[in-house]
Amino acid sequence: MGDRARWRAFLALSHARLREYYREPEVLFWGFAFPLLLSAALALAFRDRPSDPSRVIVLEGPGAERVAAALAKSTLVRVEVASEDAAARALGMGRADVVVVPAAEGNGAAGVEYRFDPSRPEAGVARARADDALQRAAGRSDPLPSRDVPVREPGGRYVDFLVPGLIGMNLMSGGMWGVGFVLVDMRIRRLLKRLLATPMRPADFLAAQMTTRVAFTAVEVGFLLAFARLALGVPVRGRLASVLAVALLGALCFAGLGLLVACRAQKIETVSGLMNVVMLPMFVGSGVFFSVERFPEAVQPVLRALPLTALNDALRAVILEGAGLAGQAPRLALLAVWGGVSFVLGLRLFRWF
Amino acid sequence: MSAPAAAVRELRKSYGRVEAVCGLSFEIAPAECFGLLGPNGAGKTTTVEILEGLLRPGSGEVEVLGRRWGSDDHEIRQRIGVCLQQTVLSEKLEVGETVALFRSLYRDGRPPEEVIEEVGLAEKRRARVGALSGGQKQRLAVACALVGDPELLFLDEPTTGLDPQSRRQVWDIVGALKSRGRTVVLTTHYMDEAEKLCDRVAVVDHGRTIAEGTPRELIRRLGGDHVLEVTLEDGASPPRPEAFADLPSVRSARSEASHLVLTVGEPHLAIPALLERLRQGGVSPASLGTRHASLEDVFVSLTGRHLRDG
Repeated sequence: MGDRARWRAFLALSHARLREYYREPEVLFWGFAFPLLLSAALALAFRDRPSDPSRVIVLEGPGAERVAAALAKSTLVRVEVASEDAAARALGMGRADVVVVPAAEGNGAAGVEYRFDPSRPEAGVARARADDALQRAAGRSDPLPSRDVPVREPGGRYVDFLVPGLIGMNLMSGGMWGVGFVLVDMRIRRLLKRLLATPMRPADFLAAQMTTRVAFTAVEVGFLLAFARLALGVPVRGRLASVLAVALLGALCFAGLGLLVACRAQKIETVSGLMNVVMLPMFVGSGVFFSVERFPEAVQPVLRALPLTALNDALRAVILEGAGLAGQAPRLALLAVWGGVSFVLGLRLFRWF
Repeated sequence: MSAPAAAVRELRKSYGRVEAVCGLSFEIAPAECFGLLGPNGAGKTTTVEILEGLLRPGSGEVEVLGRRWGSDDHEIRQRIGVCLQQTVLSEKLEVGETVALFRSLYRDGRPPEEVIEEVGLAEKRRARVGALSGGQKQRLAVACALVGDPELLFLDEPTTGLDPQSRRQVWDIVGALKSRGRTVVLTTHYMDEAEKLCDRVAVVDHGRTIAEGTPRELIRRLGGDHVLEVTLEDGASPPRPEAFADLPSVRSARSEASHLVLTVGEPHLAIPALLERLRQGGVSPASLGTRHASLEDVFVSLTGRHLRDG
């Protein structure tokens, strides 16, 4: 068969696939509305505001009134006087950051004691703020004059961290479901078998599946990025072409993984289970919602080897830091290897019925 | 006979320890409609899917349009049309889009509109596949098999599960195809379908051909064109069929439940003698009917079972 005929078949298969995509309301929801809602909701939950005042409890007893009054002068703390029991409970439940215990008159001067959990960063801050207010009230004068100048750096907020991660996650689930689920569905309906009985070239068919997935991805990513830029003020510092190139490679990589996962499954339940096994560790461990650095040193090399980690890191570097593609070469190579190996293996093992 | 459109010789195929096809041989002549007739599980679909190149034969020879699977796959696929037993086409595509998609997979073919017209779906051209009835979906599947203008068309159980009207529509499509000189291979477990459509049938049971010929030949081989069915009154002891085998013009006799079934050449000779014999035996018939012998009778006389019993 001539190349022209093959191209015609490839284009017709791609076109049919695209039509199925955009006639499926769920696809529009998961591809567009869901990531948008998720990023908006998370942006709201973790929005940046002037940091909350620290919650300080002063223990009831002699001297409590005096200490509370001194603390109340500071705008950085919110003071409350409570009993020993109530204070311990509030501290345990995280409703208070620090408990101030006015010390007994024992050694003459009216000292204080701070009770807090040093492993909680906000508790340390609360202790410092309370101490600062009390020391000043007690007459401390600062020998070094200082002045605060508030600065807001776009790109450093949580939502800025989040958006590239969500794009990566979307590329992963879109690629895997969009290819894997669709193939298994076609196998169950015996449509794959029917197509195999035509002169269609199997590789053309699979290429059409992956191409349409990638084309769709470009639209999804562009949409999400525009929303993040315009509505959430997320900076896009790298070149748009670089962002798109990273996203397309990511989409191809996960389309390949989707093919591999779907290559033999005969039931939707099987492929769903496999998808979850593959995707769940990456949802958690690949730095979608929080940085990979939060994990212990020992597992970091494993997490860094996952395709979604590489994709998220590359997306963050390009979007937030304005990095060029060359600097991302190792991550992009990792994506290419994951995708390429999956595709070849999936093709080898593929069952048409 | 000129070179056959397709041929299998000593075809065998096993699934694990189950032998689905055990030594099947037949030839299909160009421009004929050849039927594989048999109960469910007889090996019809396995045989057809081997001919379609979807399954590999265990052993034996398979030739399609003078070529062999394994060396000329692409060329064969360009020239055959396939309608699988069940295919659920994409529900989101329109009828016209679906046929056009299949057209695009073939080098040569017919205009999609023409084929859609031929299967009677012209009015549904813009309808989504998901909105079609079962019969319409089946005709669409046939259209997808026709749009590559195949020299050889395979239809696997094309009317199973369809209502009578849809069945007749599918039959008309096959009839039109035959008149255009195309070869059709069809599997069915409906006798009437095989008798109406097929020039020749192979009756298949347990993976073997148990009879082959034109429907008329097979029926004639029973020895009689007519079947007498006698139902006895309730409570009467079932008659031994051998007691009626010697009546004039009776070719064979068998009993089925409370029926006595005789294959006869000339009913006007057999009926009076039968009634006389029954009267002598002291039993009177509750009903007596005659009908033309069918392929069903051929199958029953060869296997002792009805086709639909499986």
